[in-house]
Amino acid sequence: MNLTLLLLGLVILASSAMALSLRNIVRSVLLLVLSWFGIAAFYLWAGAEFAAFAQALVYGGAVSMVVLFAVLLTGRSHSDAEVPPPPKGRLVWALVAGGAAAGIIAATAIRTPFAAATNGVPSLPVRDLGLLLMGPQLAALLVTGALLTAALLGAVVIAAGTKDDKEGAP
Amino acid sequence: MSAGVFEMDSWLERLPITARDLLTGYLPDPWRWIAQSVIAIVVILGVFGTLFAFLTLAERKILGRIQNRPGPNRVGWAGILQPFADAIKMLTKEDIVPRTADPVLHYLAPVALVSFSLLSLAVIPYGRHLVPLDLDSGVLYFFAASASSELSVFMAGWAGRNKYALLAAMRALAQLISYELPLLLSVVPVVMIAGTLSPSGIVAAQSGWRIGIIPHWNIVTPWGFAGFAIFMVAALAEANRSPFDLPEAESELIAGHLTEYSGFKYALFFMAEYFAMIALSGMAVTLFLGGWQAPFEVLQFIPSYAWFAIKLLALLLGFIWIRATLPRLRIDQLMRLAWKFMVPLALINLVTVAFWHLSAGWATGAQPLRWALALALVAVPFVLIGRRLTSGLAPRIYRYAAP
Repeated sequence: MNLTLLLLGLVILASSAMALSLRNIVRSVLLLVLSWFGIAAFYLWAGAEFAAFAQALVYGGAVSMVVLFAVLLTGRSHSDAEVPPPPKGRLVWALVAGGAAAGIIAATAIRTPFAAATNGVPSLPVRDLGLLLMGPQLAALLVTGALLTAALLGAVVIAAGTKDDKEGAP
Repeated sequence: MSAGVFEMDSWLERLPITARDLLTGYLPDPWRWIAQSVIAIVVILGVFGTLFAFLTLAERKILGRIQNRPGPNRVGWAGILQPFADAIKMLTKEDIVPRTADPVLHYLAPVALVSFSLLSLAVIPYGRHLVPLDLDSGVLYFFAASASSELSVFMAGWAGRNKYALLAAMRALAQLISYELPLLLSVVPVVMIAGTLSPSGIVAAQSGWRIGIIPHWNIVTPWGFAGFAIFMVAALAEANRSPFDLPEAESELIAGHLTEYSGFKYALFFMAEYFAMIALSGMAVTLFLGGWQAPFEVLQFIPSYAWFAIKLLALLLGFIWIRATLPRLRIDQLMRLAWKFMVPLALINLVTVAFWHLSAGWATGAQPLRWALALALVAVPFVLIGRRLTSGLAPRIYRYAAP
C-alpha cells in the first residue's frame, strides 16, 4: 500500500516540478495535467472514489482545456510557446513566497491531531455524500455556487463586448 | 408456457458467468480475482475490437447502399474480410513523424486516446451478471474517462507542428467542450430519478412495466425522451460524427488534427472514435433505454446481454444512418446549436424532471394531467427557443439547386 503512495507522490511531485522548470509552456500545461491526474489517483488510493472522478472530470477535462485555450489564444506563433527563463530576483522572491506558504501549511498539518487510521479503507457512498452536501454543508455549497456564478457572469460580461452578428442559424 | 421460461436466471443468462467460473474456479482467492479481471479485460477488448472491425465494414456497406453503390465487395465473400485487409494495410504502412514535430506528444496522443476511450467501456452493465466494474459513482467515472479524450485531441493537433492540425484541434476542443455541457446536463435527470450514480442501479430503477406493457424505461417519460434526444445529439458531437465532424472537415482542414498522422497511429484514432461511439451508445442504452432489460415481459427468456446487444447495435446503425443523411454544419451554427438551443433545453429538462419527481405521488386520475404538464414543459420551450433562433432569417434561397 505504501509503495503505491510513494509512487503516486513521486509522479505528482516530479511532474509538477518538471512543469515548473520546462520552458515550453504547452508541455508544462500537459505535465500539470499529469500531476492533476496523479492527485485523482491519490484520491482513488485513499478510497475517495467520488472525489477522484470529480477531480479527473473537472481538472483533467475542463480546467486543462481552459488553460490550453488561454495559452493558444494568447500566443501568436509556435515559437511563443518557449518562455525565456525568469530573472534571478523574481526567482528568489518566488522561492521565498512558496517556501513561506509551504511552511505554514506544513506547520498546520503537523499540529493538527488527526484521528487514528481505522481498519481498512473508509468508504462513503455517493448517496451519503449528497445528503451531507445538501444537509449540514448546504451553506458552503450555496456560497461556492454563488461565487462561481458571479465569476461566470463576469466572464460573460467581459467577453460580450463585441458586436452581435446575426448571420446563419442552426 | 411453463414457469421455467419466465425464470430470471436461466442457464443461458448465467452462461458467461458459468464459463468464467469454470476457467478460474480452481484458483486461490487473490489470484482468482486477478484472473477474473483479466478475463473481463480480454473479453471487452476482443468483443469490442471485433465490433469495431465489423462496424467499419457495416458503415461502408450501408453508406454504399444508401448512396446506391455496392460498397467494399472484393475481399472475402461480399467484402466480409475487408476489415482484416485494412488492418494489415494499416499495420504495414510507413509511420511518418514530421521532422519538426514533438515526437513524444506525437506518439502519446493516439495511445492516450485509445486507452481513455477503452476505460469508459468498463462501467457499462452489459447484462444482468455482466458488469465488468460495478462502481458506486460509475456514471461520473464514465464521463471523467471520456472527458480526458479532449486532451489527446489537443496533443495530436499540437504535436504535428502543422497550422491546419492546430486550427482543427482548436475547433475540436471548442466543439467537445460545448457539447460536454448538454451531454452531462441530459444525464442529471436520470441520476435524479434513479437516486444513484451507479449504472447498474440506474438499470435496476428502470425495471418493471407500466400498466403491464409499457416498460419503465426512462425514454417513455417526457423528460426521458427529451433527455435521450439531447444526449444523442451531444453524443454525435462528442464522437466527432457527422453532421458534427467539423474537426475532420476534409474540405476545410485537410484531415483535421489527424493531418500529420499516418499508418497505425492514424488507425488508432479511428479505433478510438469508434470505441467512443460504442461507449456513448452503451451509456445511452443504460441511461434511457432500460439497459439490459427486455421490452416485454414475455421476452424475458432471451438473455439480458442479447437485449443489450440489440439496443446497442440499433443505436450504432442510427449513427451510420445519420451520417449518410445529414450534411455537415458550419462552425458558428454548431456553436449556436450547443449554447443557445441544447444547453437551455437541457436546463429546462431539469425543471421537468423535478416536477416529474415531485408529482410521482399523484392519484391515478391525475396521471394524464401529470403527463400533459410534463409534455408541455418539454415541447413549449423546444418550439419557442427554436422559433426564436430561426426568426429573422429569410427562407433559404436555392441559387444552384432545384428546391
